[in-house]
Amino acid sequence: MLDSGSGHARSGTVLLQTIGLTKRYGSFLANDAIDIAIRPQEIHALLGENGAGKSTLVKTIYGLIQPSEGDMLWQGEKMVLAGPHDARARGIGMVFQHFSLFDNLTVAENVALGLDGKESFKAMSARLEQVSQQYGLPLDPQREVWQLSVGERQRIEIVRVLMQNPKFLILDEPTAVLTPQEADQLFVVLERLKSEGRAILYISHKLDEVKRLCDTATILRGGKKISTCLPREETAASLARMMVGTEIKQVKAAANRQTTVPRLVVNDLSLAPDEPHGVHLKNISLELKGGEILGIAGVAGNGQDEFFAALSGERLAKDPGTIVIDGHAAGHLSITARRKLGAAFVPEERLGHGTAPRMRLSENALLTGHAASGMVQNGFINTAATLATVDRATASFDVRKAKRDPEAASLSGGNLQKFIVGREILRNPIVLVVSQPTWGVDAGAAAVIRQALLDLAAAGAAILVTSQDLDELADIADRIAVMFHGHLSEPLMTADADRETLGLLMGGSALTPKDVPDAVGA
Amino acid sequence: MQLVLEKRAERSTIIALVSPVIAIGLTIVTMSILFVIIGKNPIAALNVYFITPLTDAYSLQELAVKAAPLVMIAIGLSLCYLANVWNIGAEGQFLVGAVAGSWLAVKTNGTDAGVWVLPAMLLLGAIAGALYALIPAFCKVRFGASEILVSLMLVYVADLLLDYLVRGPWRDPAGFNFPTTAEFDPVATVPLLFEGGRLHLGAVIALVIVVAAAVLLGRTIKGFEIRVVGAAPRAARFGGFSSNQLVLLTFAISGALAGLAGIIEVAGPVGHLQPGISPGYGFTAIIVAFLGRLNPVGILIAGLFLALTFIGGEQAQIAMKIPLDITKVFQGILLFYVLACDSLILYRIRLIMPQRKAADGAA
Repeated sequence: MLDSGSGHARSGTVLLQTIGLTKRYGSFLANDAIDIAIRPQEIHALLGENGAGKSTLVKTIYGLIQPSEGDMLWQGEKMVLAGPHDARARGIGMVFQHFSLFDNLTVAENVALGLDGKESFKAMSARLEQVSQQYGLPLDPQREVWQLSVGERQRIEIVRVLMQNPKFLILDEPTAVLTPQEADQLFVVLERLKSEGRAILYISHKLDEVKRLCDTATILRGGKKISTCLPREETAASLARMMVGTEIKQVKAAANRQTTVPRLVVNDLSLAPDEPHGVHLKNISLELKGGEILGIAGVAGNGQDEFFAALSGERLAKDPGTIVIDGHAAGHLSITARRKLGAAFVPEERLGHGTAPRMRLSENALLTGHAASGMVQNGFINTAATLATVDRATASFDVRKAKRDPEAASLSGGNLQKFIVGREILRNPIVLVVSQPTWGVDAGAAAVIRQALLDLAAAGAAILVTSQDLDELADIADRIAVMFHGHLSEPLMTADADRETLGLLMGGSALTPKDVPDAVGA
Repeated sequence: MQLVLEKRAERSTIIALVSPVIAIGLTIVTMSILFVIIGKNPIAALNVYFITPLTDAYSLQELAVKAAPLVMIAIGLSLCYLANVWNIGAEGQFLVGAVAGSWLAVKTNGTDAGVWVLPAMLLLGAIAGALYALIPAFCKVRFGASEILVSLMLVYVADLLLDYLVRGPWRDPAGFNFPTTAEFDPVATVPLLFEGGRLHLGAVIALVIVVAAAVLLGRTIKGFEIRVVGAAPRAARFGGFSSNQLVLLTFAISGALAGLAGIIEVAGPVGHLQPGISPGYGFTAIIVAFLGRLNPVGILIAGLFLALTFIGGEQAQIAMKIPLDITKVFQGILLFYVLACDSLILYRIRLIMPQRKAADGAA
């Protein structure tokens, strides 16, 4: 709670205001003359696509970035921040999208490391418990972070900020990693903070959430402010239009696709993690027919990465029969051998996993194409063939780039993802395993990629899509299964998989009895 | 006002070519200051270092003779460094290669063995160097030991082994107790390219290796594998390339090339096995590899340049009484600047003015 004696601004007056705030990187304008005003007792949404300038703006307000031009007013007075400590001292707190927690330290130790104060560890621990109870964010200060779920980790970050008693709170895409139910709980907390007179700047690209939660919304696009509006008076479509600038194309599945023979079968796959805090995959079984798209939902860190590694062959299973690709036992085969069987893979990380960032696109075409195409003859690289793949991917998937064969790292996220998906689809795979196909990709590119997946399925391939975006899965998947603590639920037909049901599965509370034994605290 | 390093969107090809030149320029400036400090005329010193050796035929041949082992070793090292594994022990592999090849020369000494002796010696040298380099590689792959430490420590093992052999079992009985083997027979000696000159077959072998490495790295899938494992290990695994296999392969190749350079040096310019056959070729080759941008042609040029510092250093010692150690200082400063300048390939330096003015200035 705010101390009412400190003379903070009354509700209705402006708490924080930016005037013509501009940030330049070379000739690139990350923020172009942004005016925004935030009042106490207001939840203010900051909406925009990836690269719209949301992060730059909040980092400037939090003192992490110095503006090139423009002013910030705090309670009507000009504010210049030397760094985040300056922002915190004034009562500005921020919860980042990517947590900065030490896995091997306890909750209390992590909080202590993030505080500027001089109070004793014991006093701090007591205050931590008190704050976490007061706001309904239960935390055990003694537990080590690696044992906690993503939702619990986020609670640490929020409590850490609340312990500084901020007047103004910035949250960067807080629901990206939460189940729908966890998100609902978070909204209750945010409403409560608002009722105490605090202001919240809420960054998101999820329109339903913003309409539900936020009083005001400012929309950014390409570094510019497009408008400030009342989200409750807008429709999701009108907000999306302002965010993207054009109408978003709806993806269309081909009518009545034929599902054919099983292309990808997983039989009772269990795999111990190879890292200390990795997830143990337990008894995963599934069958995927040609022409079918199976979606795998779940909160990040529940075994999706491990499952991808097992399917791709980056990690081998002991028993060959646990993974069957197009009728061939493949559990013991290398990723190259699996590609030769007709499988293709698109990992979550574009740079460093899906591509070598500082290598040219033609070399990155060779990275996965060397196994089963004419790119290599007698050990020698056929450069013309690798360049031809780049050209075909560019033409078919509208990859925008500055020159014919640039380095992978120089492409924008969306264009690089289109290239990677294109590179794999052009090999005409019969099985495609894709992880987070449109994560951090602009809406236009996302539509292209989703349509390409649907078209590939229509052509008879079996596709396994892992995604944290339930809307995406609802759009393209025929069936959806949920991964939780290394278990995979029975797939549901997409029509039956409402958010409520999926959310319960994602939280691990609706598993069939045989899956439960060590679900808690694993 | 402050200086910041700003990441470039794409690597700058111009800087990639210019950076070694900038490094050499900065090194010369630093060296001049050093010469002044030790009381020598910097212009005269630089003249002796860099110009004099290029003015007569004998020195030019000597340049190639010194550059050949540097280039051979550096080519091998560049494969390791591209794959992001760190062979620091080329000096040891060089010595072991020299020892292994010399074994045959010592055994056949004074017999009427035919022309097969020299090719067999070269082969032995390369194999021994490769096996010696595989020790740190194996320890890394199997036990996770640091290849840097293991390869470096093995240098001293090789050094002492050579010392023991030439002072003990292989000592020339007619050598007045000097620690050296007998002079090798003609069939165990690397032939000269010109009668009465210094230039020998080793220089040709070095050139062949440069071409082979250029083809390997630029045109083959194996070369691609080496580069991608070093540049992006996770992407390489995703591509289906095994980094462990590559650690063994690159270490074996670089060990073989260092061993080959070692036996060529002993069977060529030196003519017998003795302590001190290497003026630190194995370590200087690390500088050559980086100065040459881990590129075969670049390494050829860098090898010639570093050879120049060896010869210039000797002449400066004779003509100006500048200690030979200065040459090592020189090489160290050069490596420092090369690595520093490399950051300009991925980053650019920008001057940031105080907040307000920057806005007007940057537009």
